[in-house]
Amino acid sequence: MKNQNLYNYILGIADNSLILGQRMGELCGHGPSLETDIACTNISLDLFGQVRSYFQYAAKIAGDGRTEDDIAMLRKERDYKNVLLVEQPNTNFAYTLGRQFLFDVYHLAFLKELQKSTDLTLSAIANKCVKEVSYHERFSSDWIKRLGDGTAESKAKMQDAINDLWTYTDELFHQTEADKAMVEEGFGVDVTRLKEAYYTEINQVLEEATLTIPESKYFQKGGKEGIHTEHLGYLLAELQYMQRAYPNMEW
Amino acid sequence: MSEEQIRSLERQFDERIARDEKIEPKDWMPEKYRKTHIRQMSQHAHSEIVGMLPEGNWISRAPSLRRKVALLAKVQDEAGHGLYLYSATETLGISREEMYEQLHTGKAKYSSIFNYPTISWADMGAVGWLVDGAAIINQVPLCNTSYGPYARAMIRVCKEESFHQRQGFEIMMKLANGSPEQKDMAQDALNRWWWPSLMMLGPTDAESIHTEQSMKWKLKRKSNDDLRQQFIDQTVPQAELIGLTIPDPDLKWNEERQSYDFGEINWDEFWQVVKGHGPMNKHRMKARVGAWEEGAWVRDAAMAHAEKKQERKQKEAV
Repeated sequence: MKNQNLYNYILGIADNSLILGQRMGELCGHGPSLETDIACTNISLDLFGQVRSYFQYAAKIAGDGRTEDDIAMLRKERDYKNVLLVEQPNTNFAYTLGRQFLFDVYHLAFLKELQKSTDLTLSAIANKCVKEVSYHERFSSDWIKRLGDGTAESKAKMQDAINDLWTYTDELFHQTEADKAMVEEGFGVDVTRLKEAYYTEINQVLEEATLTIPESKYFQKGGKEGIHTEHLGYLLAELQYMQRAYPNMEW
Repeated sequence: MSEEQIRSLERQFDERIARDEKIEPKDWMPEKYRKTHIRQMSQHAHSEIVGMLPEGNWISRAPSLRRKVALLAKVQDEAGHGLYLYSATETLGISREEMYEQLHTGKAKYSSIFNYPTISWADMGAVGWLVDGAAIINQVPLCNTSYGPYARAMIRVCKEESFHQRQGFEIMMKLANGSPEQKDMAQDALNRWWWPSLMMLGPTDAESIHTEQSMKWKLKRKSNDDLRQQFIDQTVPQAELIGLTIPDPDLKWNEERQSYDFGEINWDEFWQVVKGHGPMNKHRMKARVGAWEEGAWVRDAAMAHAEKKQERKQKEAV
C-alpha cells in the first residue's frame, strides 16, 4: 500500500471512536434515566458516524476492495489500535462517564488540531466531528461535576472510577511510528503537545467536582500497538459475530 | 358540584368530542376519561421503553456499521417516544415516577409482543416490519383522538414508526434476496413473529372489554378484529413480494370479502403472555427494574448537585 502510514494513522484515530461507540451502545435501554439513556445513545451514534467517515476513507486508501465493514469487523485483536482507555467496561455509570470524560477532553483537543491537517479529507472529517465532540465533552464534564459534587455515595463512586481509569490517560499522548511519520508530513497531530493543556483542564473539572486528582505516576499503554487489556477480546467477539459467522454476505 | 351540574358538564364534554374538538389538560373532564387515558397512554409509553430491550439486544452485534447506526437511531427514537408519551400522560396529573412504579410492580401493562426473544439478526427486520407495522395500524387513528396532548404526540410517533417499518422491511428484503442461509434466517423470523404480531392487535371483539367507551372518546376508531384484518391484508402481499411464506396453512384470499381468510389464533398463548408467563416477561421486567434501581444513586446525585448549586447561587445573591 502506497500510503501505509496514512492508513494506519486513520485506523488509530477511528478505532478509538469504534470501540468507545460500541461501549456506549451497550448501555442503550439500560441507562439510569430516560434522558441519560438518550444522551449516551446519541454519543454512540455520533461516534459510529465518525467511524464510517474514517473507514470509508481508509478503504479508499487501501484500494484493495476492502469495505468499511471489513476494516471495522474483520481484523484480529492485535490489529486494533485504540487506546486502552476506551475499551474499559461499563462497570457502573461513574466508570462510563469517567471514561467518556477522560477521552472527550483529549478527543476535542485532538480534533481541533486535526482540522488544520493538510490532508483535506481528514480536516473535513475533523470539522464535522468537532461539533459533536464539543457536546460530548460538555455532557461528560457536567456529569463529573454532578456525581463528584452530588451525594457522598456518588462522590465515592466517581472518585473510584477516576482513580482506576487514570492509569490509561498517559497513553493518549504516546506517539506511534505512524503518528511520527504523519506529523512530519503535516497530515497528523503531534499529540505530545496536547498533554499539558489536557491535564490542566482535567484537573480543573475534577477540582470543581470536589474530587481528588490522582497522584499515581504509573501508567499503562499498549493499545496503540495492539496489545490490549483482556476486555477487548469480548467486545470484539460481539462486534464481529455476524461478520465471522456469516462471511462474505451483504446486510 | 350537584349531580345535575356534573351531568350538564358531561353533556357539554360529549358534545365537544362529537364536534371533533380537542380536550386540553386544563379542561374539565370526567374522571373516567382521565383514568382511561392515563391507563392507555402510560401503557403506550411503557411499551416504547420495554420495546427498547429486544432491539437493544442486537446493537452490539449488528452485522454492518450502517445497520448498527440505523438500529441505534431506531432504539433512540423509541426512547424519545417514551419520553413524549410520559410527558403527555403527566398532563393528566400523574408523575413519571408513579408510572414507573406501576410498570415495575406489574400494575401497568405494556405490549405483550416484547416478551418474545430476539434470537437472530432477522428478528430486527421482523420486529420493524411486523411489530411496527401492527403498531402503526393501531396508532394512526390516534392522531385524531380527542385528547390533545396524546393526538399531537401520536402524529410525531407515527411519522417515525412508518420510517421504522420501512427500515424493517428493507432488512427482510435484503435477507430474503441474500444467501440461502440469510433467506432461512428471514423465514424463521417471520415464522416466529407472525402470530404474536396478529395477537398484538388485541383480543377478539367479543372479549375486548374497553371498546365501546373508547370508540366514543375516539381512543379507538376500529375494532381489534377490523384492525387485524387490515394488517393481514396489507402484510401478505409484502411477504409475497420478497418470496417469504406466511406461516398459516389456512391463509386464503376470499374473493367475496376482498380480504384474506386466516387460521385460528392461539389465544391461550396470548393470555399466558399477557398474564406474565411469556418467554421473556421476567427478563424484561428485571432489566427495567434493574436499570431503575442501579440508576438511583445517579438520579439522587443529580438532584443533590442541583440543590447545592441553587444554594450557592442564593448565597451569592445575598
